[in-house]
Amino acid sequence: MSLNDHPLIADWIEARDGRLLVHTGKVDIGQRISTALLQIAHEELTVPYSQIDIAPVRTGHAPDEGITSGSNSIEQSGNAIRRAAATLRGHLIALAMARFGGAADDWLIEDGILHLPGTNHRLPVIGMMTDADPAAQVDPDAAPLTTDTEVLEKPVMRGLADLVTGRFTFVHDLDAPGMLHARIIRPPHARARLSEIAPTAIERAKANGLHLIRDGSFLAIAGPQEWPVVDGAPKLANACTWDLHGGLPEADIFANLTAENAIRLPVIDATPVQAPVPAALSNPDFTARYERPYQMHGSLAPSAAMARWDGRTLAIHSHSQGIYALRASIADSLGLDAAQVDITHVPGSGCYGHNGADDAAYDAALIAMAIPNAPILLKWTRDEEHRWEPYAPAMAVDLAAILDKDQINTFSAEAFSDTHRGRARPGPYRAGPARLLANRFRDDPIGPNPATPNMTRHAGLHRNLDPIYAFAEKRLVKNLVAGGPHRTSAMRCLGAAANIFAIESFLDELARNQGADAFALRRAHLNDPRALAILDELERQVKAMPPLTETGGRGMAYAQYKNQMTRVGICVEIDTNDRAEVRLTRALIVADAGRVVDSDGLTAQLEGGFIQGASWALCEQVTWDRDGILSCDWESYPVIRFDNIPEITVTILNRPTEKSVGAGEASPGPAIAAIANAIHDATGIRMRRMPFTADAILQQALMGGSTA
Amino acid sequence: MSLSLRVNGKDHAVTSDPDTPLIYVLRDELKLKGTKLGCGLEQCGTCAVLVDGEVVLSCVSSAASFKGRAITTIEGIGDTDTGRRVQQAFIETSAAQCGYCTAGLVVAVTALLKKTPAPDRVATIAALTPHLCRCGAHPRVLRAVELAAK
Repeated sequence: MSLNDHPLIADWIEARDGRLLVHTGKVDIGQRISTALLQIAHEELTVPYSQIDIAPVRTGHAPDEGITSGSNSIEQSGNAIRRAAATLRGHLIALAMARFGGAADDWLIEDGILHLPGTNHRLPVIGMMTDADPAAQVDPDAAPLTTDTEVLEKPVMRGLADLVTGRFTFVHDLDAPGMLHARIIRPPHARARLSEIAPTAIERAKANGLHLIRDGSFLAIAGPQEWPVVDGAPKLANACTWDLHGGLPEADIFANLTAENAIRLPVIDATPVQAPVPAALSNPDFTARYERPYQMHGSLAPSAAMARWDGRTLAIHSHSQGIYALRASIADSLGLDAAQVDITHVPGSGCYGHNGADDAAYDAALIAMAIPNAPILLKWTRDEEHRWEPYAPAMAVDLAAILDKDQINTFSAEAFSDTHRGRARPGPYRAGPARLLANRFRDDPIGPNPATPNMTRHAGLHRNLDPIYAFAEKRLVKNLVAGGPHRTSAMRCLGAAANIFAIESFLDELARNQGADAFALRRAHLNDPRALAILDELERQVKAMPPLTETGGRGMAYAQYKNQMTRVGICVEIDTNDRAEVRLTRALIVADAGRVVDSDGLTAQLEGGFIQGASWALCEQVTWDRDGILSCDWESYPVIRFDNIPEITVTILNRPTEKSVGAGEASPGPAIAAIANAIHDATGIRMRRMPFTADAILQQALMGGSTA
Repeated sequence: MSLSLRVNGKDHAVTSDPDTPLIYVLRDELKLKGTKLGCGLEQCGTCAVLVDGEVVLSCVSSAASFKGRAITTIEGIGDTDTGRRVQQAFIETSAAQCGYCTAGLVVAVTALLKKTPAPDRVATIAALTPHLCRCGAHPRVLRAVELAAK
């Protein structure tokens, strides 16, 4: 989409003020994409890093590249910038030839200078760009300068020097003359609506110099100093009376994830189709159900945004992953033209998908509209981020297999969950406004709308449902169980986390049932040489490990994200104790992401993905009761910490002539499965429901959990 | 009722209510925005500062409780050799992804290395476990500690 919609070189690369300015619509969300893009521009034009800037990502200025998600940024923005730079290089060489002669191959490019050897003709790339045709189109097949990127100078991660000294600006750090700090007063839970505020509390807040903003059940306060606002919000909350509408439903979510409650669609080649669902396997040799609870993004920084309304333009600074989709949704919500909403991306903390960023931007916009001309800096609290971000939906995956000579002949997989698609973006039934949290609470509420199945290939809950393995017969079914108790949306990996956990655990169970080797069973069903190369390298490394202790265990897993992106094999080694606590000791990660751009960034993504997957596997689940969400901080929703980080070895199999593919979501799925398989190896207990807490393992042991 | 706070070697007469948690005085009044708020509950470590050389989480305790004590924020960490070495080690090991946890970690590692110039793994883990990182930069942070300790 990136090059089709923005076909000009100047859409991506410009000379400005004697420097190279690179444009992108993709934003940094902790994955270091801007560093990789900087490197790509450098690789193609050789301009020193000190002379390259990445333009701010702002509506009306940056190319619209949709949402920064799905591990697509390297393939979309990275490819666009590489081809734009390579095309530009060709044009500049042609200009140089026209001026001084020589053949195209004679001209060398080094340190941002074109040079004709044997002459004194040296032409700076940036200086020549002003002579290039501003309307020139990108050649989508323009050849890269070199495939041997390992020898090139790598950039320092953008912003790192400022981060370690405290100078880096997150959206939370913005400041402006006349700025007001704001906080929201949230209902006890999603069903509650505001019925009354004690008048004395309103008077007290106003006497303390605070603004009150109310629109139906949307309630906020704002004031010039931050702490009085922070301190005042819970006091005002205590003065509110809420109509609870019966509270949150307390039903067992996994009992509800059934075919009876679902919109059912067969999945053919990873794509849902409108067709009758094929009958379940009769007399399968092996069946198992794997489950994942509601889990949260749990961004380290609660969401925040700055907004200012001057009566004509609504200027917003947001850590949104999709500023254009957000602009359209906010404009629609407020009856403004899109051109009246001006959104600039400013980093927040890592988001791992659709966290509270968009909602906070809209919250800030509502407050700004109520207090014209005052810049509003809104921050969510920790409690708010935990309880009001859109969660990753709970999932269940039913697997079944019919064997033929110890190999899988017929494979069935049915995945069940609520939607993974809750981002505010234009769509039927005003999907944009309907998905912004505050609109559900305003006087004239919009949304929520019932979820509809995502029919895209490898999307939503069927991402990686189609196994990478060559089974003779496959029966795959997507079951969308809409209308669950919590708002849900996209979190890192979408359905792939649960689907890969399921498939890779299932294979491990089968292998153990048969006394077969986990590597051999997988190899028997794989014919992709790059997959086999990963298994070979991983097995070589596993064999070189020292023997396990008596309480230790090892498990492995393999997956290729969306069956078309980064391939990852993982082996996890754990130790356990008599309290069933799982300690991660070693992790071996072997990956193939095609042509490597930023090997350090790629390694960081694989490590980070492993650790987040491990945190989901071992720690994380959202809990609630009738009165509201109980997971409201880091004690009630524990996550992995430094005391359970294994020694991680990442091996990247570089494929310089292959396409670069994203890796941000490649490692969590296999990490979860490898940990489950290691727990079984160590204890004989098979964990089919995340998280594998000590309590859950002990409970499974009591239930005679050695099912495999 | 002005309160005097000594921050990064300088005395500041602050006008915020003395009950205000330290971090809001640092960020909102003194405009030292390098210290980050992550939870306001002393659970995540992003708001760590040094107080008389000890790591203190600044998001709960009142500013008044730090009267007469030497506060060092991330902006002042580079004033010592150890602090500069830690900052450089974080850069060399790319010990951050989104970087929201970074300031607190740099503060914590600086305090650790000042007390224990060559900490063993147990001491390092104990010093870092109060700090959350959600991006999974942990292995790099551990490498940064090793590098800075050398």
